[in-house]
Amino acid sequence: MAQMTMIQAITDAMRTELKNDENVLVFGEDVGQNGGVFRATEGLQDEFGEDRVFDTPLAESGIGGLAIGLALQGYRPVPEIQFFGFVYEVMDSINGQMARLRYRSGGHHTAPITIRAPFGGGVHTPELHADSLEGLIAQQPGIKVVIPSTPYEAKGLLISAIRDNDPVVFLEHMKLYRSFRGEVPEEGYTVELGKADVKREGKDVTLVSYGAMVHASLKAAEELEKDGIDAEVIDLRTVSPIDYETIIKSVKKTNRVVVVQEAQRQAGVAANVVAEIQEQAILHLEAPVLRVTAPDTVYAFSDAEEVWLPNHRDIVEKVNTVINF
Amino acid sequence: MFQILNEDGKIVNEDDMPDLSDEELKELMRRMVYTRILDQRSIALNRQGRLGFYAPTAGQEASQLGSQFALEQEDFILPGYRDVPQLIWQGLPLYQAFLFSKGHFHGNQYPENLHALSPQIIIGAQYVQAAGVALGIKKRGKKNVAITYTGDGGTSQGDFYEGINFAGAYKAPAIFVVQNNRFAISVPVEKQSNAKTLAQKSVAAGIEGIQVDGMDVLAVYAATKSARDRAVNGDGPTLIETLTYRFGPHTMSGDDPTRYRTEELDNEWAKKDPLVRFRKFLEDKKLWSEEDENKVIDEAKEDIKQAIKKAEEQPKQKVTDLISNMYEELPSNLQEQMEIYKEKESK
Repeated sequence: MAQMTMIQAITDAMRTELKNDENVLVFGEDVGQNGGVFRATEGLQDEFGEDRVFDTPLAESGIGGLAIGLALQGYRPVPEIQFFGFVYEVMDSINGQMARLRYRSGGHHTAPITIRAPFGGGVHTPELHADSLEGLIAQQPGIKVVIPSTPYEAKGLLISAIRDNDPVVFLEHMKLYRSFRGEVPEEGYTVELGKADVKREGKDVTLVSYGAMVHASLKAAEELEKDGIDAEVIDLRTVSPIDYETIIKSVKKTNRVVVVQEAQRQAGVAANVVAEIQEQAILHLEAPVLRVTAPDTVYAFSDAEEVWLPNHRDIVEKVNTVINF
Repeated sequence: MFQILNEDGKIVNEDDMPDLSDEELKELMRRMVYTRILDQRSIALNRQGRLGFYAPTAGQEASQLGSQFALEQEDFILPGYRDVPQLIWQGLPLYQAFLFSKGHFHGNQYPENLHALSPQIIIGAQYVQAAGVALGIKKRGKKNVAITYTGDGGTSQGDFYEGINFAGAYKAPAIFVVQNNRFAISVPVEKQSNAKTLAQKSVAAGIEGIQVDGMDVLAVYAATKSARDRAVNGDGPTLIETLTYRFGPHTMSGDDPTRYRTEELDNEWAKKDPLVRFRKFLEDKKLWSEEDENKVIDEAKEDIKQAIKKAEEQPKQKVTDLISNMYEELPSNLQEQMEIYKEKESK
């Protein structure tokens, strides 16, 4: 076991898979000698060579096409999109192409591609760096969307993503990259995709969250405890497909739910969670399912992040509303 | 413009005459005639409602088949939506090509010896993907190429430029073909760009570019062959512009070329018909006769009849088929939907 930050765990996962499978290729803008703009690929080119870890021209769509073409030659591409706000340049390659490759070829071709990209607010990035756009990809059949919240899970989920024979978008929250350390086993291990994790058990209310909002939910749960409210915190970990089984089990126990996301109210995946709960467990609800989200504006100018991003206080407030409904 | 055979079927460029045997020359003609018949029959079958989406190919036989003829079996084709003939001559069974037209997934389940993607509908996407396939071929150390096709309109896309630029930066073995048939649906090529040729767009990627008479099957073959040789020797990609013309509409989905094309222009290009000039060339060499031609026509018609029959006998698609083609392992939502549709289908 080692103490690692999330970004170290991510590097470690790529190192593990580069060693484990000679078909794994890591590429993107500045991921080679530079080791990535966040040092996520630090040392990988030196260790595995330029044939395995390499820079690309500055063109996200080209990177997406490159990944698809390499997959068609039996490789297991792990491309990076420098910031997920730049996904619009490569939407066709992701949603229009790789997500559909298996289906459109009747299973003849596959796209074992893992796209890594940082996103997320709270670190005062310039425009279109922090936007939460997971909802866009979550709407596309044929692709999985994974968002880890701890170093341990980042490594295990990334290894699972790389080994998955269908495309995965792996979103890394920038605020979580170096904000804390956690125990990470040195060997390769996997955390199953499509499975949520109960981060805190509770009996009064269920908080469903992902990404940085998991930590906000845990902080809110601590405050709520002081008022005698016992919150259960679920970390989705995979936002497409969503593990509804874990959610519904929790709802049947607590009978109250708040869904928490950093994305705007009209974006993200919270509305999907609410819809599924009302379809599957409406008779178990003591109150409506409420959402904590950002407002429906364009992502905040960096100096306004603090007032704009949802935080633990917003969660406490919503929980009190569902408790007192 | 690179040309070997003029409109009268005379060799005008002996130096670049490709090294093709008499049998190979006849085979090229056979394929062009067969493909012309396939186009005529496909249009008729589409009108009868027995085929679905169809993009006519008449006029482009030299461009499509001359380039495909320069390929090896292990080369990888990334076609556009009009490039079904290349797939057929590379090994796609005709009934599967018809199933693609009709909208059936089995049409895209390619045989193992056919290295290709199904026709790409998103114009330009095949170009960035070709750069990736070519880089993969290079990394594997294979002596093969990736070849891809787009039209004149497609050269305005960002992916067109990114594709040739990526392949150039990686010196990847790719052949990029632009079939300039002068029109992108109703928009003439002059409205796509102020560039005097499309081949010169290769300069922006720092790669080889050549403009070829796309109605001259020998010139298209020679240009593709030489691009292929350079690519497998590690000298990087080539952009080939073939100047061609589609005699028919853009697609059979309601396009009417009389709205945007003059009869004069159609007549001018009809004189350049790739079949006419190659037929003259072969007849002069005593390699082709009316009898040969009729034999191909009969053979094509019979194959098409059998293939459409086989396509029509294909079992209908079920939702459970579509679900099972989505992932290697179905996620929970699809497992649930699979059960629901299994139940519906069992009734």
